[in-house]
Amino acid sequence: MSGHATYVPKSRIAKWFESRLPIVGLVHSSFIAFPVPRNLNYFWTFGAILMAMLMSQIVTGIWLAMHYDPSAGNAFNSVEHIMRDVNYGWLLRYMHANGASMFFVAVYVHIFRALYYGSYKAPREVLYILGVIIYLLMMATAFLGYTLPWGQMSFWGATVITNILAAIPIVGDTIQSLLWGGYSVGNPTINRFFSLHYLLPFMILGVVVLHVWALHVTGQNNPTGIPIKSGKDAVPFTPYATIKDVFAVVVFFVFFAYWIFYQPNYLGHADNYVPANASVTPAHIVPEWYFLPFYAILRAVPDKLGGVILMFSAVIILAFAPWLDTSRVRSANYRPIYRQFFWLFVAVCVILGWLGAKPPEGGYVLASRICTAYYFAHFLIVMPLVGLFETPKAMPGSILESVTGPHPQYGGSGMPAGAAAAPSSKG
Amino acid sequence: MANTPPTSGPDGSRRDFLFLATGAGLAVAAGALAWPFVASMAPDAEVIAAGAPLEVDLTPIQEGQIVNVFWRGKLIFVRNRSEKEIKESEAVKLSELIDPQPDSARVKEGHAKWLVVYGNCTHLGCVPIGHQGQYEGWSCPCHGSLYDTSGRVRRGPAPTNLPVPPYAFLNDTKIRIGEDGGKAVA
Repeated sequence: MSGHATYVPKSRIAKWFESRLPIVGLVHSSFIAFPVPRNLNYFWTFGAILMAMLMSQIVTGIWLAMHYDPSAGNAFNSVEHIMRDVNYGWLLRYMHANGASMFFVAVYVHIFRALYYGSYKAPREVLYILGVIIYLLMMATAFLGYTLPWGQMSFWGATVITNILAAIPIVGDTIQSLLWGGYSVGNPTINRFFSLHYLLPFMILGVVVLHVWALHVTGQNNPTGIPIKSGKDAVPFTPYATIKDVFAVVVFFVFFAYWIFYQPNYLGHADNYVPANASVTPAHIVPEWYFLPFYAILRAVPDKLGGVILMFSAVIILAFAPWLDTSRVRSANYRPIYRQFFWLFVAVCVILGWLGAKPPEGGYVLASRICTAYYFAHFLIVMPLVGLFETPKAMPGSILESVTGPHPQYGGSGMPAGAAAAPSSKG
Repeated sequence: MANTPPTSGPDGSRRDFLFLATGAGLAVAAGALAWPFVASMAPDAEVIAAGAPLEVDLTPIQEGQIVNVFWRGKLIFVRNRSEKEIKESEAVKLSELIDPQPDSARVKEGHAKWLVVYGNCTHLGCVPIGHQGQYEGWSCPCHGSLYDTSGRVRRGPAPTNLPVPPYAFLNDTKIRIGEDGGKAVA
């Protein structure tokens, strides 16, 4: 739009193109001139890491689909064919399977970062809710993908999850029957799950575009939670954020590569190398690690429908955080009481994950119930009340002050003041 | 806005009618278009045809044994119950049950030995393991539901008893699953 640091096409052909489709200008204002708070820490690189993971999953997925056969009779064998016969098939599959886990590692860091630094608060509510929608789509995609190898865990995972949906009153049985395409999980089921597994990542990509769009309207949050007030608070996206994001992605991919090359099956279950068998359920049926906290919540309730409602609520409640949190201070760095509750919440989520992998008996059930109660209390009691009673710590006057101290001697950032004050340029 | 059509008077009401009629037409068309997409996901003719009744010969099933059969892709347990198991099942008070049902309602008259039930836990569909748990009926490995020797749920989270599929005795040693008293089940 108007004014600052905008893209000015130089060559005649660039001018000709820009006046017909201003996409180069859009990219320039979003990823080159875009003002980035100068105090961002490495938690802010996980957006770029997630983008890289999404691309990795889409590319490896498309290649796997060239060799995979989505039928109950052949799916298992076609996955073994990929592993044994297809050139580098083992690499593609291990990248895809471990990539799903890495995707969730990154998204959990990203979500907890948003919760700690109050990135969900005004004016970023829509940005944040789009993130929750992406998370929901990721969970659906991961579940559908996990059923495709058609091993024992795939089959029984599909059975358990579709039975969860059957608990919905009135329409549950119909939904279940439409998902199964039969009277039980079978060939029609794997066929449609494959179709949907291929579709959903592109829906994720669409919502990611909206998520990034919303981000560039409101601008990024930062560790102080204070908005950019002058050009001295910001640096341009390129080269500062670009090079930092690239570095973080490379480091994350080293971590990713460790799993692919040294522990490719550690995050999966050995039972999934046994072909699906409808007459035997594996002795210990647990979901992938990234679903374990929700699985623990499901099992904490002795009632089927109640458990299902609570499990879905545990995800949906995230979307209400912007209105449940009554504090006007964004960053938990300046919220001495809330910060302690935040870490308690993180601990409870980790413990719930651990409990989700344990058998549903004795002390584990009691512990699951206590942790489930705290999980919801954090949103419904702690977030509204702490904001009302807490006295926040003194905040720096600006982002620059938080970096250089209260009396800055120098504050050159190369960012024109006008650019930083109005980050919402290319809506 | 000199060209805006009048919103009241004879012309205006005609416009309202056109809006409503167009909207209603669009809604009907959208529904009619959506219907085949949704209906195509329902069990197809081939799947339904594969659900023809299934005959099971009971002679090889020993006392205490549980045999797995599949009908319409669903697992069914056929259990030859011992005298002790039958007595225990019949003796249970209905007030002790989560989903109260007398044993006599779960077997065919004169064939109390034979229990025929669907083999998926009514909680989330796992296959319970036979002869296990406190009630020696079935125990579900997934979430710990327990069933007695009548296939009735005795400890949650499963909400209901293992359902009894439609079946009938052709003679003392043969049953047909999927048919209740000579009439095929849709």
